[in-house]
Amino acid sequence: MIDYKTDADGIATLSWNVTDRPTNVMNEASIAAFEAAVKRAIGDPMVKGVIVTSSRKDFVAGGDLDLIRRIDGIEASMAASGPVSAILRRLETSGKPFVAAINGTALGGGLELALACHRRIAAADPGIRLGLPEVTLGLLPAAGGTQRLPRMIGIGKALPYLLEGRKVAPEAALEAGIIDEVVPPGELLTRARAWLLAAGEGAAIKSWDAKGFRFPGGGPQTPGPMQIFFGASAALMSKTQGLYPAPAAILACVYDGCQVDIDTGLRIEQRQFARLATSAATKNMIRLLFFSLGEANRLADRPRDVPLRDYSRVGVLGAGMMGAGLAYVCAQADLDVVLLDVNVEAAEKGKAYGAKVMDALVAKGRLSAAQREAALDRVRCTADYRDLAGCQLVIEAVFENREVKAEVMRRAEAAMDADALLASNTSTLPITSLARNSQRPERFLGLHFFSPIEKMPLIEVIRGERTSEATIAHALDFAKRIRKTPIVVNDCPAFYANRAFGMYPYEAMTMLGEGVAPALIENAGRMAGMPMPPLALIDEFSIELLYKAMRQARADQGEAYREQPQDAVLTAMVEQLDRPGRKAGKGFYDYPKEGGKRLWPGLAKMFPPVPEQPTLDEVRERLMFSQSLEAARCVAEGIVSPRDADVGALLGWGFPAVLGGVLGQIDTLGAEAFVEACDRLARRHGERFEVPVALREMARARGRYHPV
Amino acid sequence: MSDAYILDAVRTPRGKGRSSGGLHEMAPARLAAQTLEALRQRSGFAPEMLADVILGCGEPSLEQASNIAKAATLSAAGFREVPGVQINRFCGSGLEACNFASAMVMAGQADLIIGGGVESMSRVPMFAGGGAWVTDPQITLPNHIVPQGVSADLIATLHGYSRRDVDAYAAESQRRAAAAWAEKHFARSIVPVADINGQLILERDEHVRADTTAESLAALEPSFKTLGEKMGFDAMALQRYPQVAAIEHVHHAGNSSGIVDGAAAVLIGSESMAKRLGVRPRARVRAFGAIGSEPTIMLTGPAKAARSALRRAGMQPGDIDLFECNEAFAAVVLLFMETLGVPHDKVNVNGGAIAMGHPLGATGAMLLGTLLDELERRDLGTGLVTLCVGGGMGSVMIIERV
Repeated sequence: MIDYKTDADGIATLSWNVTDRPTNVMNEASIAAFEAAVKRAIGDPMVKGVIVTSSRKDFVAGGDLDLIRRIDGIEASMAASGPVSAILRRLETSGKPFVAAINGTALGGGLELALACHRRIAAADPGIRLGLPEVTLGLLPAAGGTQRLPRMIGIGKALPYLLEGRKVAPEAALEAGIIDEVVPPGELLTRARAWLLAAGEGAAIKSWDAKGFRFPGGGPQTPGPMQIFFGASAALMSKTQGLYPAPAAILACVYDGCQVDIDTGLRIEQRQFARLATSAATKNMIRLLFFSLGEANRLADRPRDVPLRDYSRVGVLGAGMMGAGLAYVCAQADLDVVLLDVNVEAAEKGKAYGAKVMDALVAKGRLSAAQREAALDRVRCTADYRDLAGCQLVIEAVFENREVKAEVMRRAEAAMDADALLASNTSTLPITSLARNSQRPERFLGLHFFSPIEKMPLIEVIRGERTSEATIAHALDFAKRIRKTPIVVNDCPAFYANRAFGMYPYEAMTMLGEGVAPALIENAGRMAGMPMPPLALIDEFSIELLYKAMRQARADQGEAYREQPQDAVLTAMVEQLDRPGRKAGKGFYDYPKEGGKRLWPGLAKMFPPVPEQPTLDEVRERLMFSQSLEAARCVAEGIVSPRDADVGALLGWGFPAVLGGVLGQIDTLGAEAFVEACDRLARRHGERFEVPVALREMARARGRYHPV
Repeated sequence: MSDAYILDAVRTPRGKGRSSGGLHEMAPARLAAQTLEALRQRSGFAPEMLADVILGCGEPSLEQASNIAKAATLSAAGFREVPGVQINRFCGSGLEACNFASAMVMAGQADLIIGGGVESMSRVPMFAGGGAWVTDPQITLPNHIVPQGVSADLIATLHGYSRRDVDAYAAESQRRAAAAWAEKHFARSIVPVADINGQLILERDEHVRADTTAESLAALEPSFKTLGEKMGFDAMALQRYPQVAAIEHVHHAGNSSGIVDGAAAVLIGSESMAKRLGVRPRARVRAFGAIGSEPTIMLTGPAKAARSALRRAGMQPGDIDLFECNEAFAAVVLLFMETLGVPHDKVNVNGGAIAMGHPLGATGAMLLGTLLDELERRDLGTGLVTLCVGGGMGSVMIIERV
């Protein structure tokens, strides 16, 4: 765990070497070993100074989330975090100088360990990252990070690292005062030794432990930081809507802890950490953002008995917006791309899209001109289906028209290799029905990408009735190859993501039609943590589009069509008011040339607000529960697994991570309470809030979608 | 329970609250001392007759820290052995000091006492001392604490007061203040401020701009737009008021209270003490108090405070002849008048803090004197003073001439 050695000059080297995990993590075993090593070095009269470093690529990566996830109470939390904090304080006050020789990335607890040392020297490797990213998982640095960093670099400078989890390379960390020195990697240990030998005992005292300590930039009760705290609260609230408890806890640690001595401050930090670590919000974030997302990215559900498939060439049919994006994403992942359209010019247009995206990246310095050229060279534009030979996968992204799709599928299959997969990027047509056009439906599936493809990390892998397990496994391999996160979805109308997410805008329009004030609807969506308020969102993707879909459904289903609660609003907006959406410059909002968009005042006339308005919570429930309910129906129908449902909600439409996903929201509330709330909503607002039988049974059995 | 009577009231003129202001050279302890000396001179009491000197101060830090009232009694000639206590209810402090002083008399624990207040905003800037309620994230976050200007803009938005409405109110305040000065309505209370040699430093309120019109105000940029929109305070406020689409930022330097320096003192005593001093009580204290209100919108306290005091006095708004409602921001007074259903010609008839300025800790005591002077001038009976207070509070007192 910790390699320990001493030399003739009295320098002890403690080197982290956690071999049973992918990286040096701080867990019960490694902390115990480190504690023993620190005590040994402190206790050994021959040891004059100590180097803390790592025998692995990374320095120390931080706390073990599995350990944190298992914390089940305040006392358990104090017992878990206390010893780490204590051993760091012990080495800090031991009287012997400790130097952190940071040979690799040091995050979270790893950086906190370095902060406790008397000097930090990092290897000059721009790939190294230093930071305290705990906040991004709903946690806070509980090994002194909230106390030492402000005392080192000042409250104003420390807060962005603590509140945003900002990670920086060694040079930037040096500039910020987080580390003391950056040296060539080969000289790291030599330099650390040299410092220890030169420094002697006088260097083994921190400024805050010395007499006459002056807080850099002033303590919390001085003018600068007083302003900072007043402003930071508002910045936090406007950014997180107050939904995320970690940044507030971090602010509290800094405010409270920096007014007292560091030992008291460290105790305050432990208490705030315990509150977070035991909160539903933090457990949701850790489960969803770390474990569930990690499993999806690792393809944890992929059938093991199907051999891995490697990809070198992919065909894209149709060079419209989705096709162009697809070609670009594949080329960026070092795949050769055959981009096919009715003629080469049309295909070239699609290729130009990727060039444009990369131009912006080159301008920002995030891509070299050579990389851009290489990616473009990999895209071959063609109108000849024979060029699809040699592709392991062909994805069609042509118009959402059955005849057009049938034709391109027929022509593609005729030219494709026998074992190649054919995928449709449709978002509206069921895969099983499209499979009827295929000569080998077992190797046909849906790959539902989200727009813009280069930014949206999710793929819905759609399993049609006849899609084989090997095809699904190979599609997952492809997703991993292009660095997207796949979820597996069984075929159904609208698939999973659009089906569940659709409830958000639909319920918003339903409420508008009922006379709920539009500002209240928008604020409720925003304050629930959704990335965009619902009416603004509908404006973005066009009211008219939804209106046309409704007309199409009406035409398709004839007498059987059941009027939907939002239909009247769609009709009024398009037919009576001629406000089709953002593109036309008029929708639920006005889009004046000067200043920001504003809710259209005319809405009050068309949909007069009722005098007795619902509470914010009622509106929020309707917007958020309707999504969870639809996801629950999808799970009950066997469309998607609970884990994939939550990962899909996170990546597909930005459902707030703090709720743990659409189903995580049900778990957080408790299935019983959720069902009760839905029953109440169903009585008041209609059968669309009726819960599926499976959920009702789960509630009765006090079950959950995810283990605690 | 005995009655408390206002025997006399004085105030300094208000100097502009910056280094070019007329009172900037005067330390707050000495500014307050001049009002104590003036009361003594006018009423002829012996300082040892005083049970206490209670002074309000809204920013008790730096040289106003610790206990500015004791500093004032140490500075005022002859007051060395008079006790002093400083209280802080932010903008309501000056009135609150008079409330507390009245309570002492009514409780039979004092026969003669001074309530008042002092604020040198040019020397001790607002928020110089910070304070947990505006800096501690464990208070500001859960309570959604925003700057008062954003709260005032939120009041205007919620109640539909347009920029034109608040500017019109502000222009009228200026007109009334200028007229009141021209007609010497403040003459009875004003104590000119003198230097150590007795030379005059300031004798008139400096902040009044007689030539202000609604049109001239229309040109001013809103003061709280950046704070609200860029720094996140609007979003923080809307979390409490989700029915609001966006806060309209209508307040600016011209329709908000001015930043000034000033002090005031009110002599309060029992009937027997008045007889002993041979002074005629000017008014009886009918009721007073403070209330708490929703802290994000913060400034809606005056109507609630007024109602609570009216209830205690067994009165209706219509029973009050004149009102003083501190002009912290124009929207605060517009809301007060709308909520209580009182006409503008009974409220702030000689202008207010928009024109003359708002020396935080002193204003409440100043308004009490102004109200009393005007009741006497018009020979009316009842008056009510109220102020909105930071953190979501309100202070109030009802008086009746005797």
